[in-house]
Amino acid sequence: MVKVYTSSVIDAPADRVWAVVRDFNALPNWHPAIRDSRIEGNHPSDKIGCVRNFNLKDGGNIRERLLALSDYDYSCVYSILESPMGVSNYVATLKLAPITDGNRTFAEWSAEFDCDPDRASALVQTVGQGVFQGGFDALKRAFGRR
Amino acid sequence: MVQVRRSTVIDAPVDQVWAVLRDFNGHERWHPAVAESRIEDGRAGDETGCVRRFRLKDGAELREQLLRHSDRDRSFSYCILESPIPLIDYVSTVSVKPVTDGDRTYWEWSSNFAVPEGREAELAALVGAGIYEAGFDAIQSMFGQAAAPRMSATARTRSVPTQADGRPLDGGAVVVERYGGPDVLRWERSTAMPPGPGEVRLRHTAIGLNYIDVYARTGYYPLIEPPGVPGMEAAGVVLDIGPGVHGLLPGDRVAYACPPCGAYAEFRTMKADLVVPLPDYIGDRLAAAVMLKGMSAEFLLHRVHAVGSGDTILVHAAAGGVGQLLCQWARQLGATVIGTVGSLEKARIARAAGCAYPIVYTETDFVGRVMEITGGRGCDVVYDAVGADTFMKSYEALATRGHLVSFGQASGPIPPIDIAGFVAKSAKVSRPNFGHYTGMPGEVRSITDRLFRALADGVLQVEIAQEYPLREAAEAHRALESRRTTGSTILVP
Repeated sequence: MVKVYTSSVIDAPADRVWAVVRDFNALPNWHPAIRDSRIEGNHPSDKIGCVRNFNLKDGGNIRERLLALSDYDYSCVYSILESPMGVSNYVATLKLAPITDGNRTFAEWSAEFDCDPDRASALVQTVGQGVFQGGFDALKRAFGRR
Repeated sequence: MVQVRRSTVIDAPVDQVWAVLRDFNGHERWHPAVAESRIEDGRAGDETGCVRRFRLKDGAELREQLLRHSDRDRSFSYCILESPIPLIDYVSTVSVKPVTDGDRTYWEWSSNFAVPEGREAELAALVGAGIYEAGFDAIQSMFGQAAAPRMSATARTRSVPTQADGRPLDGGAVVVERYGGPDVLRWERSTAMPPGPGEVRLRHTAIGLNYIDVYARTGYYPLIEPPGVPGMEAAGVVLDIGPGVHGLLPGDRVAYACPPCGAYAEFRTMKADLVVPLPDYIGDRLAAAVMLKGMSAEFLLHRVHAVGSGDTILVHAAAGGVGQLLCQWARQLGATVIGTVGSLEKARIARAAGCAYPIVYTETDFVGRVMEITGGRGCDVVYDAVGADTFMKSYEALATRGHLVSFGQASGPIPPIDIAGFVAKSAKVSRPNFGHYTGMPGEVRSITDRLFRALADGVLQVEIAQEYPLREAAEAHRALESRRTTGSTILVP
């Protein structure tokens, strides 16, 4: 089992950051690597079990299922159903916590998955830096413009 | 049950911070409130079940027991066994996590406990500020970091009462003794009674000054019966709530803008249904300065008429308080904003607020200029609070099927109008009343939600240009009436 953990500080109140990231279908609105997204079967994007089907700007298609969503804890858990990354048993958690000093947000994005051992370090880099840190950097830019 | 949660970021790697915090007996080396500490029975400071006995610098002695300790999670929990401070069933968790982006440390300190009734706010502040944040400051300075600004630090450190005990509360208030000039405003003792059914008792932290307060003082509007307390908007903290009040709790930061008058006071007991909780990102001073004008701008642009992309609107007095907010917000909604102003200086202010075409009406006929700008079409919406001097000309500046929104008459009453003539443009005319749009509890929340978001996003910018002590309200009125003020003015108790 490979584990990835990325965390960051975003200079905006947690409820405002959460309003952006809680929508499971909203990745293209804030994540720079995502071209488009839709929820399969016309389900609401905060319905547990719904599947988002999205395309990356570099062409890959990914399907992910929403496993848990808590507006109380500011957390979202999902798994990958299909992707070109060559991972299995992939479960990721995106979680926010308010930083009361300065009214900022502590953001954590972590994942666990199985893969070919030879590819583990490259995948840790892709997921941890490309996907997770790339998303945090975009949020920091978006909220930095306030 | 009281919940306290504080968190911060330390500019040091997580292992270094955890090395300091992980020793349950280490607080005597870093926490400024702890004079000395030892672990009982010679046990280790990271052994679950160990008890630390320590003395605070104020002399109080406490015993606390380590319930859980994990180097893997970088976290421990403990409870109070004995304490002279009534923190009952107190269980607290200290947890640090890495901020991988920048190699820093996120530190969270939280607890649950019960307290004697009525002391919730006081003891929550003691734990949150006196213990947790004082600890944050000490560790930050240990790692050479300047203290982070805290949103509500001032609210927590004030020495005036932060909670009430169900008895009448004496404070000061500015009273209009009789209708007249600023001199009729007097500072007097005033009593805030315990809240009855549906009521809330507040300690004001900032009060907004509006021109309607002058009308209340002079009796131009019959808003108060002297002797009475003026003031329509304020921000503050909930002290206590009466039976049947939901959605507000003692300690909540709140604000309101609504009749009846009574905001020029240190403490106030009032109906709870139009009082809204403030999000952390809206400060008390900003709330007091913006509630009335901002709620007006919200319903004028979103409810009286839904202004959208492609609309052209005309705002009279575009450099005024509400005028500037209308310009800022309408531009963000995608509208083209034309405005009238009284001078070149005010034209600059209006332009900075987002008015693309400020017209100095003393030099240029605004109707002709509007037609020039719109290619003879006219405006989709005209916002007119000037009244007598502008009303008919505002109609002339309207496009076919345009909407004339008259929301005031600063220049005097509007003469009777012949509505049949409006057929020439299929014009709509509205005369909105603040109370009809902001008097419904459910609708107030939706208005302020949108207002607070616009403030947080920077769509609306509010300049608090003057601040007076509440007891000098007469001087603030003099400045307002002699047009010496710019932007917003607040009064601070």
